[in-house]
Amino acid sequence: MPQTKLGLDPAVVRRARALARKAAAPVEKLAHTHTTVSVERATLRLAGVTGADATGMPWVNHLVDAVREQVGLEYGVALPVWHALASGEHTDLVAMAEKAATGGVRFALPTGKDAERAAKAARKAVGTGFVRIDRNRRDRNKLLAKLGDPPKPWIYLIVATGDIYEDIPQAQAAAREGADIVAVIRSTGQSLLDYVPEGATREGYAGTYATQENFRLMRAALDDVSRELGRYVRLTNYASGLCMPEIAALAGLERLDMMLNDCMYGIIFRDINPQRTFIDQRFSRAIHARAGIVINTGEDNYLTTADAVDAAHTVIVSQLLNERFGLEAGLQPWQLGLGHAFEINPDIPDSFRLELAHALLVRELFPEAPLKYMPPTKHMSGNVFAGYLLDAFFNLVGVMTGQGIILVGMMTEGIHTPFLSDRDLALENVNYVRNAVGDLAEDFRPAPGGFVVERAHRVLGESVELLQRIVDDGLLDAIADGTFGITKRPADGGKGLDGVVKKADGYLNPASDLLEEGRT
Amino acid sequence: MTGEPKIVRPYGDTTGDGMVQLSFTLPVGKDGRADGAALQLARKMGLEPATVVHSKAMGPDFTFFVVYGRVSHLVDLSQVEVVEREFPVLTAKEVNLAIRSRLRRKLVVVGATVGTDAHTVGLDAILNVKGFAGEKGLEYYREVRVVNMGSQVTADELVARAKAEHADALLTSQVVTQKDAHLHHTREVSEAVVATWPDASHRPLVIVGGPRFDTVTPKDLGVDRIFGRGTTPAEVASYLVHALLPTAKVPA
Ligand code: B12
Repeated sequence: MPQTKLGLDPAVVRRARALARKAAAPVEKLAHTHTTVSVERATLRLAGVTGADATGMPWVNHLVDAVREQVGLEYGVALPVWHALASGEHTDLVAMAEKAATGGVRFALPTGKDAERAAKAARKAVGTGFVRIDRNRRDRNKLLAKLGDPPKPWIYLIVATGDIYEDIPQAQAAAREGADIVAVIRSTGQSLLDYVPEGATREGYAGTYATQENFRLMRAALDDVSRELGRYVRLTNYASGLCMPEIAALAGLERLDMMLNDCMYGIIFRDINPQRTFIDQRFSRAIHARAGIVINTGEDNYLTTADAVDAAHTVIVSQLLNERFGLEAGLQPWQLGLGHAFEINPDIPDSFRLELAHALLVRELFPEAPLKYMPPTKHMSGNVFAGYLLDAFFNLVGVMTGQGIILVGMMTEGIHTPFLSDRDLALENVNYVRNAVGDLAEDFRPAPGGFVVERAHRVLGESVELLQRIVDDGLLDAIADGTFGITKRPADGGKGLDGVVKKADGYLNPASDLLEEGRT
Repeated sequence: MTGEPKIVRPYGDTTGDGMVQLSFTLPVGKDGRADGAALQLARKMGLEPATVVHSKAMGPDFTFFVVYGRVSHLVDLSQVEVVEREFPVLTAKEVNLAIRSRLRRKLVVVGATVGTDAHTVGLDAILNVKGFAGEKGLEYYREVRVVNMGSQVTADELVARAKAEHADALLTSQVVTQKDAHLHHTREVSEAVVATWPDASHRPLVIVGGPRFDTVTPKDLGVDRIFGRGTTPAEVASYLVHALLPTAKVPA
């Protein structure tokens, strides 16, 4: 660990991590002993099942629903599906799905030799997905070597028109103006769809649907602009909501580079069932690990519903949990883009010093993680001029504390999704600060025992206390009590619990097997 | 105040100079025509003379402008329509007393953020005990029973719950406005209300709130009242008393 500025006590830091590990353990066990409809659909997607019926309902949904109805999902979808395929009645999986949609396929759980044969065929088919994911990872590395990997902090910009064909020129324009990362926000409401829409889409609300085709189109457009600019521009989307595992699979298949993937965001901000979320999250992160994708976690959001000073320790606790769940799923520290934010009420005294303390604490707790620092949102009002100033202070903290990914704040945050000019002005702001501040991080040392150092120690202390309580009560109960984002989410509440299935002995999922075997 | 002018112009640094500032983007590359194009727009908007004080290329196809200019338009203050609050703001005690004496049971409100919108902070600010801007929310009022359904609730779910709870008022929140999502979802609520209570005299009060409803009237949306940015719980409680218990004699 490099020399620290805050002088954090390594014993306290170790204790915090040990507690996070303990708090996570029962939930990890839950994730290993259960599957979900979306995990099973993701497995089929890795085997190359694409497409949807005339109403837009994907074939993977039809297959999983049919298997579930006839044999249940306790053994996974793979054995019944590849057993049915072995009958020779169906030319391929899509043809089988089409028939299954109208009830025309009899599924059964194979045994003995039949089961072995089905397992082998499933493994081979799902393996093709990983061949593609692995190739994409190599291609990314080649492009990074050839075109150049921009220095940190990476500048992260959002596009959200709702129409992929509007998003593309906006994303290219953003890249030309200096964005290192382009994130396409999803349409409102997608999180609660228990299927992934198909094809290129033009009708999202406040965001664009995450679909395989939209992913492909945007990655191709950014590849073009990367070549033009001589720098690899990363693409980000959201693996969240009820289809987290499938979206993660599609991201790997289409060479997305970063994914929003939080262990609790869906629970707290979309009221998705906690158990469903944790199970889906485990599988999706294993895929991200394999794909070399950097995840971004969503702790910043807690500070929109809770107070950024009072709840500062909940951010740290959640980061430690996200780290633990991430490492357990196979992610490397460089893949953990832990989130936090500049959300303290600017009217309170010393708000800047408090922000500095929080940001530095996160930096020093997670020295290898490419931290994702989020700009002010909650206290951005219609006064766009004041907002522009606040964004500059945010940029200053980001650069001074060596954050890895800086999401560019918009002065119109309190009004609308960004105009073209909002984005341009925001980049001008960031570029000025980056240029003017240079390596100030090198010179900046908070006074030992001073305000910043004391505040950081205090937040860490509160985090350890909270973690201890979570270990005592259980993470699911803590979530039910409203520990995060002052939002109460009981373990049996929310959407999607009916998609959770306990695995039986003999459960088979070739994707999980290949992921575990492929771990580095 | 005496002698206040009825007619005013924008104020830059001198009375009557009419100076305003404006920024916008044109889908024009920053070539020779760009500034002229911006000036033409400014002139058509009534800025004369106007100066382009800043223009910057944003990629090959767009230019951003900052323009200052003098507007010739006059503002006639006597023509400004002010929507006066149609009711007095009461204290929690007064609200409770009015409900107790006039309604003789608890007043029931059912609230939700409807449609795909997941924003709850505004709704919670009105409903939760914690409240907003130092004021306690409706849950704090002893004579009000609050059912807060949270977000991502469909209009039908909200209306069904309101019916089951014998609600006196339905409170809807809408924050996302892109592609008029807020208007669309609000209309879904008012339509569901009409379908459920065909007889208007038995309908609960329908209230909608959110930061960007400035462009519409309650009538446009088929609701009874719209609450905008910065609404406080006391205003909503007072409105409920005013609208539902009109003859209540409330101590001043
Ligand atoms: C907090 C926040 C979030 C949080 C919400 C957490 C939660 N549980 O609510 C999170 C992070 C989850 C979030 C998500 C998104 N958000 Co958001 N979010 C905000 C933010 C920063 C603050 C909103 C807020 O809490 N304001 C404080 C409250 C108190 O104010 P208020 O809502 O206006 O409420 C007051 C009044 O309007 C009124 N009122 C409101 N409701 C009601 C109801 C009744 C009955 C009454 C009487 C009064 C009333 O009274 C309240 C008190 O005065 C704003 C930006 C900003 N600074 O405004 C963006 C913003 C609202 N979000 C936005 C967007 C686009 C999204 C996303 C769609 C992004 C995406 N594509 O993923 C997602 C939402 C997905 C979905 N399904 O909805 C946009 C909306 C753009 C637009 N105009 O359409 C904004 C403006 C940001 C931006 N510039 O892009 N967001």
